[in-house]
Formats: sequence, structure tokens, C-alpha cells
Amino acid sequence: MSEALLKVDSLNCQFSGLRAVADLSFSVQPGAIKAVIGPNGAGKSTLFNMIAGVTAPTSGAIHFAGVRIDTLPTFRRAELGIARTFQNLQIFREMTVLENVMVGCHLHGKVGVVKALLRGRALRDEESAFRDTAFALLDRFNLAAKADVVAGDLSFGQMKVLELARALASRPRLLLLDEPAAGLPQAEAEHISQIIADLNRDGMTVLLVEHNMRMVMSLSHDILVLNNGQWIAEGTADHVRRHPDVLSAYLGETEHA
Amino acid sequence: MHAGSAILQLLVAGIGTGSIYALIALGFNVVFKSTGAMNFAQGEWVVMGGMISALLFASTHNIGLACIAAVVIVSVIGILSERLVVWPLRRPNALLITLVSIGLAICSRSLVMMILGKKPVGYPGFSEASTLFVGGIAIQTQTLWIVGLTLVFLLAMHLFFEHTIMGKALRAAAADRDAAAIVGVRVETTVMLSFAIAAFGGALAGALITPLTLSSYDQGALFGFKGFSAAMLGGIGSLPGAIVGGLALGLLEAFGSFYISSDFKDAIAFAVLLAILFARPAGLLGRADVVKV
Repeated sequence: MSEALLKVDSLNCQFSGLRAVADLSFSVQPGAIKAVIGPNGAGKSTLFNMIAGVTAPTSGAIHFAGVRIDTLPTFRRAELGIARTFQNLQIFREMTVLENVMVGCHLHGKVGVVKALLRGRALRDEESAFRDTAFALLDRFNLAAKADVVAGDLSFGQMKVLELARALASRPRLLLLDEPAAGLPQAEAEHISQIIADLNRDGMTVLLVEHNMRMVMSLSHDILVLNNGQWIAEGTADHVRRHPDVLSAYLGETEHA
Repeated sequence: MHAGSAILQLLVAGIGTGSIYALIALGFNVVFKSTGAMNFAQGEWVVMGGMISALLFASTHNIGLACIAAVVIVSVIGILSERLVVWPLRRPNALLITLVSIGLAICSRSLVMMILGKKPVGYPGFSEASTLFVGGIAIQTQTLWIVGLTLVFLLAMHLFFEHTIMGKALRAAAADRDAAAIVGVRVETTVMLSFAIAAFGGALAGALITPLTLSSYDQGALFGFKGFSAAMLGGIGSLPGAIVGGLALGLLEAFGSFYISSDFKDAIAFAVLLAILFARPAGLLGRADVVKV
């Protein structure tokens, strides 16, 4: 078995009395698509926030590519190769589509502040290189025609794709996708699914939170099920589908299974 | 002097003062953009720019060198200020940063008074000839320097924010802290950079205006309020807004003091400012959604 790209050990997160994530351990193998599912309030977003560095865990450890990351600042985790999208879309609405993706390229800037002040030229060259990279990404996702549009003017589906493109611009090794298909009509959800499948074929490791079960079942190699912040099952789609605890977690609320 | 040339004369004076206000307003806008806060230490940097220039001029007798060095020194002071009072805040929010900036302003003023003294200081204008006569109106050459260097600085800022990756990163961090951090932007560094830029602009304003008005340790608050007003007038957070707001305020003061009363110069400007903000709460160029914090 190869070494896990992401390894989560006995992770806890407590918000004044509420245990959002309780003693959770799992790992993600390189090249895998792993989905995290569970009813609302299961702790999926909190888990993502802890991995990306938006929320600090109460206890436990997170390792990425062998490096312990749970105490690192967010940008440092981005430098190591973790990128994410947000459940409620956090694009830079007042900037253009192209600029949004260029900010994603930011990490690969080599020109420091001092050098930039002394040599404006280096900065301009770098800017135009990023412009090309960003444009190529937009082209790949059929957004090139919208490059100079202010991002806030895109349709909801386009914004979702843009956020994905921005995440990819940092050339991550692990992509955290928080409900990439939420709120999208089926056709656009399938477009996103296709993009994710293509990325994975090129070697991208993906951790996915999604309520669209069709998408989860068709994309993921394995599935982690959470309920009330706790691990209740993990495995292939078939395994999880038949697991009694999963059934009761999902269906228990609606009584008779 | 007939009416036509009086108006021209006032126009020149208004544009000169307005440029200074624009520089200060830009400082407010840059810090606002990166933190959502009003930095009330902005005016103190104007004073420091003028007074440090004067001190350096007294020892070097080279105006260019003195002013450049002063602006650089004040930019470093801006960086230090951010590292000392903003960076240590564990969960920085706009209101908290605004509050500490008031403390920073008071401390800065005391330090300036203790180190640089209470006496107003000054130095000659940047050019040998102090006044030019063009078409019947007198223009102080320093006013030309003010307008020219303000334009250069604002243009450089425009290029920085629109055409460099670092400028975009700064805008991104301003728009959404978390999302910017996720894509690898060092948000704390962008905040530091915004303080450096704000201090640079403020110090430049101080170095430029001192030959005309002298500089003393207690002017910071007034400069701060004027720059803040100009920023609000133009639309807080908007780069072109700083120019429009600064010039509008400068012209209001020039015309108001000539046609109404110079005793009420500041009152007139603020009355008009209020009237405009009643009609357009987001400022002349501001968009309503820019103000949400």
C-alpha cells in the first residue's frame, strides 16, 4: 500500500459544547476520489475547514504528503498543494474572470516585493506569463470567452466552474471540493462531474463533499460516511449503500427504512 | 483681478490642495480595501513626511534626497506600525483595527512631538523659481510639483493594482480573506503592504505640502479628517474615487473660502460633503456593495 496523501488522525473539533467532528480518522490515497457524505450537520464542512486551515481542530493531527499541516497557516497549506472550493462560492466578484484565475496562480510567483520595486519589468513578465496560464485554464473549461467579464456577472453554473479553475491554477495535488454540484441543474452537474473525472484521470486526488448521490456514486472510488461528526462507515459505494448504520443515519430521521 | 482670472486662480489652488487630499484619501482606501478598517493614523504619516523631510533637508541641503529618504523612512514606519499594532491582533476585524489605529495616531503624534519638536518646520519649494505667471494668474511652482507627483503616484498605484499579480492578490485578499488564503495569498503580508503604500502616499503628501504650509506635529488629525472625507466623498475603497473626492474637496474649500468666508472654509466643505453623502451614501464613485463589510 502506498503512503496516503492525506491522513487524518483522531481529529476533534468542538464549538462551545457542540462536537462538530468527533475522533475522526481516515486517509486518502494518491490518485483517489474520496467522497464524504452524511446528513446535514454531520461535520463535513467543518472537516474541510480544518484540512484547508480555516478552522483549527481542538485536537488530533492532519498529515499531508507526510507533513503535519494542522498547525500551519492556510497559505502554507496552499503552498504544499491543497486547494479547495467553497460550498457557498467564494469567488472575487468584483474582479474579472481572468483575474480570479490569475490570483490562483499567485503561488507560483517568484518575484518578491523588494525585487518588484527595483525591477518593475520582472513583475510585468511574470504577470503576462500568469495571464497566459490563466487563459489556458479558462479555455479548457469553456470560459475563455468570458475572460474579461466581471466575475459577479457570470451565471451560477459558470461561477462554480470558475471557482474550480481558480483552485486548479495553484497546481494542487489535493483538491477539496465542497458541494461542487449544489444548486446546479442536472446537465451542469454532469459537466462538473466530467471535469472532475478528467482531472482525476490526469492524476488529481480529490476529496469531495456532495449531496448529489448520482455524482457521488459515479465518481468516487470510496466513500466516508459521517453522522453527528462521527465516522460511521467507509468503503466502496456498494459497501456503504448496504451498511445498516448508514441506512439508519439517512433514513432513521424519516422513520421506517 | 477680474472674475475670470479669480476663478482660474481658485481652480489652481483647489487642484493643488485637492491633490494632497487625494494622496491621503488613497491611503485610507488602500488600508480599507485590505482590512475593511479606517486607519486614523493616516494623517500622522503626512506630518511625519513633512517633518522628517525638513530635518533631513536641514542636514543635507538637498531637497530631493531629503524628501525621498523621508518618504522611504515613513513607509518603513507604516510597516512597523502594522507589525506592532495590527499583526498581533488574533482575530483582526474592521472595528478593532480602526480602534487601534486611533491609538496608533495618538502615540505617533506624541513620538513626533518628542523626537522632532513642537516648532513648525519648513523648507523651500522643489524649484528655484517659486511662482510662474501664466495668462494673468500666479501659479506656485510647488503646486505643479504637487499635481505632477500625485498623478505619477496614482498612475503607479493603478498599474500596481490592475496589472501586477501582487496587486491582484491584494485586491483578492480585500474581497475575501479566506478565499484568498486558500489560493495561497499571504493575507497578513498584503495587509502589511497596504500599510506601506498608505504611509508612502501620506508621507509624499506631507513632503509636497510643507513648502507651502509648513509642518507641525499637531496637524495630523486635520489631515486625517480631510483625507477621510475625501475618501468618503469619492467612494470608500475606490481608487479613482480618491482622486475625484480629493479634488472635489480641495475645490470646495478654495471656492468656499473665497466666495463665502475663509473662516468657514472647513465648515463649508463638510456641509457640502454631508449633502452629497445624503444623496449618494456610497460616495460619488462608490458602488453600494463596496461598502458592505
